[in-house]
Parts: sequence; C-alpha cells; structure tokens
Amino acid sequence: MRNTLLQGVLRPPLTESPPAGDDPELAALAAAVKSAAGRTLGRSLAIRHVDAGSCNGCELEIHALGNPFYDLERFGFRFVASPRHADVLMVTGPVTLNMREALKRTYDATPSPKWVVASGVCAADGGVFAGSYALAGGVSSVVPVDLVIPGCPPSPLALLKGLLALLEGAKGPPAGRASPAG
Amino acid sequence: MSAPNAKSTLADPQTWRAAAVRLADGEATLASLWGDEGRMRMALAGRGGGLEILDLPCHGGAFPSVAAVHAPAGRLERAACDLFGFSATGAPDPRPWLDHGRWPVRHPLGEPVPHDGSPDAYAFLGAHGPGLHQIPVGPVHAGIIEPGHFRFHASGEAVVRLEERLGYVHKGVDGLMRGASVERAAVLAARVSGDSTVAYSLAFARAVEAALGIEAPERAHWLRGLMAELERLANHFGDIGAICNDAAFSLMHAHCAVLRERTLRAAAAAFGHRLMMDAVAPGGVRVDLTAQGAGAIRAFVGEARNAFPRLVTLYDNTASLQDRMVATGRVKAELVRRFGAGGVVGRASGRDFDARRDFSYPPYDQLSFKVQLRREGDVGARVWVRIAEVGESLDMVEAMLARLPQGPIRVALPPPAGAAEGHALVEAFRGDVFAHVRFGGDGAVARAHLRDASWFQWPLLEAAIEGNIVADFPLCNKSFNCSYSGCDL
Repeated sequence: MRNTLLQGVLRPPLTESPPAGDDPELAALAAAVKSAAGRTLGRSLAIRHVDAGSCNGCELEIHALGNPFYDLERFGFRFVASPRHADVLMVTGPVTLNMREALKRTYDATPSPKWVVASGVCAADGGVFAGSYALAGGVSSVVPVDLVIPGCPPSPLALLKGLLALLEGAKGPPAGRASPAG
Repeated sequence: MSAPNAKSTLADPQTWRAAAVRLADGEATLASLWGDEGRMRMALAGRGGGLEILDLPCHGGAFPSVAAVHAPAGRLERAACDLFGFSATGAPDPRPWLDHGRWPVRHPLGEPVPHDGSPDAYAFLGAHGPGLHQIPVGPVHAGIIEPGHFRFHASGEAVVRLEERLGYVHKGVDGLMRGASVERAAVLAARVSGDSTVAYSLAFARAVEAALGIEAPERAHWLRGLMAELERLANHFGDIGAICNDAAFSLMHAHCAVLRERTLRAAAAAFGHRLMMDAVAPGGVRVDLTAQGAGAIRAFVGEARNAFPRLVTLYDNTASLQDRMVATGRVKAELVRRFGAGGVVGRASGRDFDARRDFSYPPYDQLSFKVQLRREGDVGARVWVRIAEVGESLDMVEAMLARLPQGPIRVALPPPAGAAEGHALVEAFRGDVFAHVRFGGDGAVARAHLRDASWFQWPLLEAAIEGNIVADFPLCNKSFNCSYSGCDL
C-alpha cells in the first residue's frame, strides 16, 4: 500500500484539463440547454441517475465520469443516492413501459428547481429500440427534458460537456416551465 | 471451418419430458429455452460436447413444463409464456416474468391480445416467523446501475429470503428482431447488454454465419478475439474495483478505474469506439487494426502489467478488506452445476466450464490459456477468478497481436437458403452467451434468441445471500454483476 500511495504523491495527476469554454460541442449544448442551473444553485449540482431502460452502455460511461481522468467532483457535480437530494435527473435508455411509473415517481420525488438530462440516443427518442410495443418512447414523453446529450453511448467527455453546459448555459427557465421558486 | 450446427430435432411431449428429466438428473445442462412460432425450443449441452436443439410444437398453446422437474428453466419458461402466450403445464410458478401488465398487448410475439396497460399485482414469495420484516429495494437503485426489484425478508440483520423481480428494462428486442434485416438485427444484438456488446455481436454473427454456412476470414477471427479480450479486461478491472468499493475500499476502486479507462482508450484507438460497439459484424469485423492501433493496445498491456500486480498485492494484504470478502455470499458447487452457471460465478465455485475452451471457436482453438477455477464459492473467490483471468487475457492479447494474420476482414453474406438457422455459444466476460438465429424465406431474420449468462446466475444470488447480513448484499450482488438488460431484453 505504501508504494501505491507514494506513487500517487510523486506522479503527476491523471486528471485532464476541463473542456475549454469555447469548445464547439460545449457551445452547441449550451445553446440548446433550456436553463442555467448555475444561476440558481451556484457551482454545486447533485445528480441522480435513473436507468429507464438502457442497455447499460450509458451507465458504464457515466461511471467513468468519476474516474481520475475526468474527476467529475472537481466541478462541483456529485451523484447522489436519492432523488430527494438531487437537482438533476440524468436519465438513460428508451423509457420502457415497465419503468415509466418509476421514472415519473422519481421525477416527482425530486424537489424543484430540477433539471432533466436525457443521456444517449435512446433517451432522446428511443434510438434503435423505437417502435417497440414495450416502450413509452424517449424521456421527454414521460417527463420534461432540459438537455439531450447525444451518443451511443455518450463518451464521458460528451457527458461532462453536457453537464457544464447545463450549469453555465443559456438564459433562465423557458416559458411553460415552473419557475425555480415553484 | 466452424462446426456445422446440428439440425433441431422434432420432439413430442414425451421426449420433451424425457429431456427435462435428463437435465434434472445432471446428464445434460440447459443451454436455453425459448418460444418460437407455435413451438417451444430447448437447447441442451450434453456431456459429449456440442448442443442438441429440441422443437416441441405447442398444440393448443400448452407444453409440459421443464421447470416442473428442473428449476433452472423457470424464468426462461415464464418469459417465453409471457411473450408467446403459451402455458407450461405443471409449472411450479405460474406468475408472469417479463410482462408486468404495463404493455398495450398480452403475448406480443404470439397472438397479441389488446391490454389496457394497467399493472398486474405481483405476489412475492413469503417468509413467516416471529420478528421477520420485509425490505423492498428498487426498481430505481441508489447507485449508477440498472433497475430491478429486490424483496428481502430479514430477521434483524440476517437475510432469510431474497426474491428478485426483473423485467423492468424489457425493450422488446425479440419483437424488434422479427422481420429485421441481418444488419439491423446485428445493431440490436450489439445493444442487448452494452457491457458485453462485443460478445453479443460475436454470438449473433457466429449464429448467422452458421446459418448461412460461411466462415469469417482468418484475420477477422483474430481481431474478434482481441476485441473480446479487451472487453473482458475492461469489465474485470471495473468489477474488481467496484467490489472493493462496496467494501468501502475506494483506493482499489480508483486504481482499477484507471486501468479500465486505459483499456477503453486503447479500444477506441484501435477499433474506433470505447466499447467497440458494432465493430464485430456478421461475416467478419467492420474495423481493421492499424499499426498505430496495435501500438496503443501494446502500450496499454505494458501499463496494465506494470500497475496490476501491485494492486493484487494491495488487495491480498489488506486484512479489513479480506474480512469482508472471505466466506461472504457462498454459492455451493452443487447449485452451480445444477444451474449450469457459467462465467466467473460458476468457475469461482469450481465449475470447470469456459465456452472458449469447451465450445472452442477461433481464435481460441489456436491459443493456449488456462480456465481459472476456485472452489470457495464466496465473494473472494469471484474476485480471485477475475484477477487470474486478467492475467490470462493480457497474455492472450499479446499473443494475438504477435500472431495476427494478414488478409481480408469481412466476407459478403450470401442470401440464406430458405428457412436456414444456426446457433453459437461464446464466452462473454459474464459467462456464456447463446445465440440462435432463424431466417424466414424472405432473407430477413424470422426469430433471433439471445440468452445471457445471467439467466442461470441471478437465481444463485438469491441462494448466496441467504444467512448473510443485508449490508453485505451490495457486495454479493457486485461480485455476481449479473445483467439486467441482457435478461430483460
């Protein structure tokens, strides 16, 4: 253990620099995002992940966000165990009919203000599974979605850019959504 | 040349029952059980090697239950009944499995009957005694994992009974496969269980190739082997770290996560996608390996060889960690044998089976590797099997890079000759994946059935946790790491 810890001290960190503010992918996501969570919450965002029917590919890459290369927590993001503690729901998968109620209830259990990120092409519109008898459809067919991060699965870097866009992105809640106070 | 698939045998209820008895007597292992148009099908692995496939026409929609004499068939049988509307005569558990009552139809792959989507009640198995209480967990879990429901009956801290209820991520893959082109079906197969995308693509491709009577080019076989071992390494690194994390030893988790990330980056550099999704296709592979890609894999192997042994020492020498691992979540050898549980779960309880050796396919028929076994059957044994398999996989990756033949990487698929069918068994990181593909006369896939290793592992988790404390469940569960999506389909 001593050697392992010592190497951790002596070697440079693995953590990579964050995507620059002028990164085109980040800029595109920021333009698409419907709310600037940072304005309401500062630089701290609690994320609750919900698998609503994913193949588990997206989960692997969401997991990778926590590894030393991406080190998600340095940005103030952290994954929490309960929707009651969450500001953001990160939803993966095409929403199956068997998971629709669970997703709805998780959303309802999340206190406002809250944001929903649909991660991956399945969460966007059902992806390759669209049209099946067993699906409700994309996440937006069940709960309102603020940001879609494309990819199959989205890479950790794409996920990171999406979350940064959500935090620092555009221009307040859109019409038709509950105000932060609600 | 790959072994030509034996044709299926037409069974009557009597021979079907006799086959079930052979399974129960341990003379054969259940490889899979699934529904098709108007019939039930069963794949058995006999002692002599190879698979035998039985077809039972279901006149009037009924067939003799296999689960009545052989419990491991239970959930597969319930799933087939849900999808096709058959009834299993004499089944010990008539409850639906995949169908929660929330679909707009009943038996979507049989003769569909409209349904209003109101959920069915589900009666969990009981446990009675003074002071027993229930703990319902899921389908939404606390971590970043797939959804499923666990119903615990506990006496104080000790688990008296665990019952799993799955099906939450049922996407209707079998229904989408029906009538799909080979290309579209391959894309679906690659997304049955994202962590095993290479293995599923490979199983599907080999089943298609068997049905069409073709063979992938030699170089494609070796590239497939490389991808499959990289996938195994990435998952084993991830699992070893995650198991330690569930015992609150996050140092291992962080270091293993680095190795996992390095594996995925090497995979992306070599094959263009971190998980190598869609890289394996019927007829061969889609992506060739460049010298640069091979260099990335070699560099990764070097890094892993440098870093991993130190982590193994750390794991072995940390007494507080071993205290959580040893004797926790034991699975008896007899149960593993009866359920035909493959993968790490089987091998950690002494079941000497690996599809790469026992249903040998290229390139493994030309590689030497040792099937790693332990006998203890506890969480610790499942970690040690993974650790030993990391070593084997690293050796194999190096050997494959050194011996990679030149040549084409893909052959064109001929149109299927009528109602051709084929099957394959390949070793995913979790265990054996069985694939069966049947073509219709029109060249499209008429039925594709993919059976994850987890079907025969999930029930053993219920046995492993018995008598353990509730707080050790995450540890036991992670040491199994069964697939939800792979079984829910």
